[in-house]
Amino acid sequence: MPYHSVVCVKQVPDTANITAEAMREDGTVNRTALPAIFNPEDLSALEAALELRERYGGTVTVLTMGPPKAADILRDCLYRGADRAVMLTDRRAAASDTLATSYILSQAIRTIGETYGAFDFVFCGRQAIDGDTAQVGPQCAEKLQIPQITYMEELVRLTDRTVVVRRNVGNGWEIVETTLPALITVIDTANQPRPPAVRKVMLYKRARIQDEVVAQVRQQLPDASPEERQTEVERQLEVLRGRDLLIEQWNLDDIGADLDRCGLSGSPTKVYRVQSIVLTKSGYKEIPPTEAGVRELIQELVVDRTLG
Amino acid sequence: MIRVNREGEVWVFAEQEGGVLNEVALELCGKARELADELGVPAAAVLPGNNVSGLARRLIAQGVDRVYVTNHPRLAHFQTNSYAKVLVELIKKHEPQIVLFGATHLGRDLAPRVASQVRAGMTADCTDLQIRDVTDPKTKQVHEKLLLQIRPAFGGNIVATIVNYDWWPQMATVREGVMPLRDPDSSRTGEVLDEPVEITAADMPLKLVERHVEPRTVNLKGARVIVAGGGGMGNRENFRQIHDLAGAIGGAVGASRAAVDGGFIGKEHQIGQTGTTVRPALYIACGISGQVQHRAGMEESAKVIAINNDPEAPIFSVASYGILGDAAQVIPMLIKTLRERPVQTNS
Ligand SMILES: Cc1cc2nc3c(=O)[nH]c(=O)nc-3n(C[C@H](O)[C@H](O)[C@H](O)COP(=O)(O)OP(=O)(O)OC[C@H]3O[C@@H](n4cnc5c(N)ncnc54)[C@H](O)[C@@H]3O)c2cc1C
Repeated sequence: MPYHSVVCVKQVPDTANITAEAMREDGTVNRTALPAIFNPEDLSALEAALELRERYGGTVTVLTMGPPKAADILRDCLYRGADRAVMLTDRRAAASDTLATSYILSQAIRTIGETYGAFDFVFCGRQAIDGDTAQVGPQCAEKLQIPQITYMEELVRLTDRTVVVRRNVGNGWEIVETTLPALITVIDTANQPRPPAVRKVMLYKRARIQDEVVAQVRQQLPDASPEERQTEVERQLEVLRGRDLLIEQWNLDDIGADLDRCGLSGSPTKVYRVQSIVLTKSGYKEIPPTEAGVRELIQELVVDRTLG
Repeated sequence: MIRVNREGEVWVFAEQEGGVLNEVALELCGKARELADELGVPAAAVLPGNNVSGLARRLIAQGVDRVYVTNHPRLAHFQTNSYAKVLVELIKKHEPQIVLFGATHLGRDLAPRVASQVRAGMTADCTDLQIRDVTDPKTKQVHEKLLLQIRPAFGGNIVATIVNYDWWPQMATVREGVMPLRDPDSSRTGEVLDEPVEITAADMPLKLVERHVEPRTVNLKGARVIVAGGGGMGNRENFRQIHDLAGAIGGAVGASRAAVDGGFIGKEHQIGQTGTTVRPALYIACGISGQVQHRAGMEESAKVIAINNDPEAPIFSVASYGILGDAAQVIPMLIKTLRERPVQTNS
């Protein structure tokens, strides 16, 4: 039987490769100077959903929340085989912590279910590399009132409404079973994400969200009146829709979100202070790489009782 | 969300498996004691499981005043929903001001679900916790005695301090091994309270089919001295020097990811962000560059000796002693000196 999946994906700054250019003089990180990438474990989540569809049929809908620029990773999902993409973008969602983010995502997932039909699986990457919290998956599951299985290493079996999953538990693994629908978070060892397919890149590289069309028209018609621009936007949207290249774009109203639970007002945690890592070099002593140097070092460690 | 309850206790989730407490729960009892003393409130542990009341004594010895025990056959094996139900019910009933979990696989699965259900904030993977008066930069309002939740973010390149102003409880997971494990004090006394919670089949959406866990064979966290080798050791054979030095100095063997990826040693020896976090009295880093992900797991060590042939290696910036040279030559010198050392007869 076919299964329908929703995959949550995020565009993140590439924190693993912070370059000197991305550091400000005061030592803080300039996020905007970092390349934006597809969160690695979200690619594993997407791959899990695509493999499922290949075996059993069904659909894969990807969802991201972020600034319009994050449409890049939605196109990337289409290149890799997603059937449909949804962009949730809204300034009022800015500064959401994990509680607010999971509320917004769960509302969007519900709306996806209402719009395109009930889903069986929600897949998330275990965690995003900009925050490393691993909280959004479990919190979405709670908000959707469905079971969660975190740290999936392998989808062992799927029969009718029952899924069996092997999950990592740190010092080993366990195999658990649950009934659908369920939310699963995927770790990077679960699979080998497929690369974009050239044919799909050719097909979807012109796929756009509405905000991108608006920005593009503003560039194309710098001197036009607002009405003229609006007409041009409508025309371009119609063309994209006709070619099935218009990526769905929603705001908080479209998903019926309670604004008190979104953004700053919906976030219990506040960032009070951010410091870049200051490397401590106090009391540093250089030891020459000689027998005498080493002997003196050991002696010093014995004297200060570091060595017994 | 619960009200801002200044009489609220400081809580620790007492993670156990098969009747054995996870060490991080013991570490957190010590930290909870410290925080509770600063706040002038009791520290308590929440202990769900099946026939686990016997573990309460140990938790008290590690520093808590009270242990809330929920025994139920359906709690014999951890699963998210049933354990979350216990936590959520007890949080609503007792209104603690702080709830701490170990940032284990289990803790990071459970804690966010609990926070979502209570509609509270949750800070993951803290490496430090402090009580401070905090002025909200926006409203200029002073909030007394808040929990500063300090954690690395952005791949370990920054340290962020998170607070919850007036939206409690303040909840966090705390990385394993960063809070010092205190010696248990068996003369401490405390209360053990039964907290029955009804667990129905509906609270058990998961069925455990099979489980395979290995006891942690390397006790990196308990080691006073750790000798760690990295990519600079070159190959598996040369990496033997690390074992030899560890043997001579009476330490445990650690490794960087490059050494693990290179097949020099097993992954259970990896130190760092995706390995174990350690804070020994002495950490000897041999042929380890000291990338941020590695430093994250060892920079709390009391003393660090770095042996590296690259004067620019970042490991030197966290070192107390730097030896600029070839590890393959320096390590034998260290071993020789240690073996020649007269045997110490005092303690
Ligand atoms: C998400 C993520 C998580 C990670 N988690 C971890 C983690 O938990 N732990 C971890 O360690 N890494 C982790 N890493 C990898 C980390 O970024 C580094 O790649 C790794 O620590 C490098 O190991 P290394 O310094 O031993 O090896 P290398 O980068 O190969 O460096 C070898 C060092 O040895 C020196 N050297 C070479 N030959 C000699 C010699 N003969 N004598 C003395 N010195 C010599 C070199 O100058 C160099 O400094 C993670 C990376 C990512 C992206």
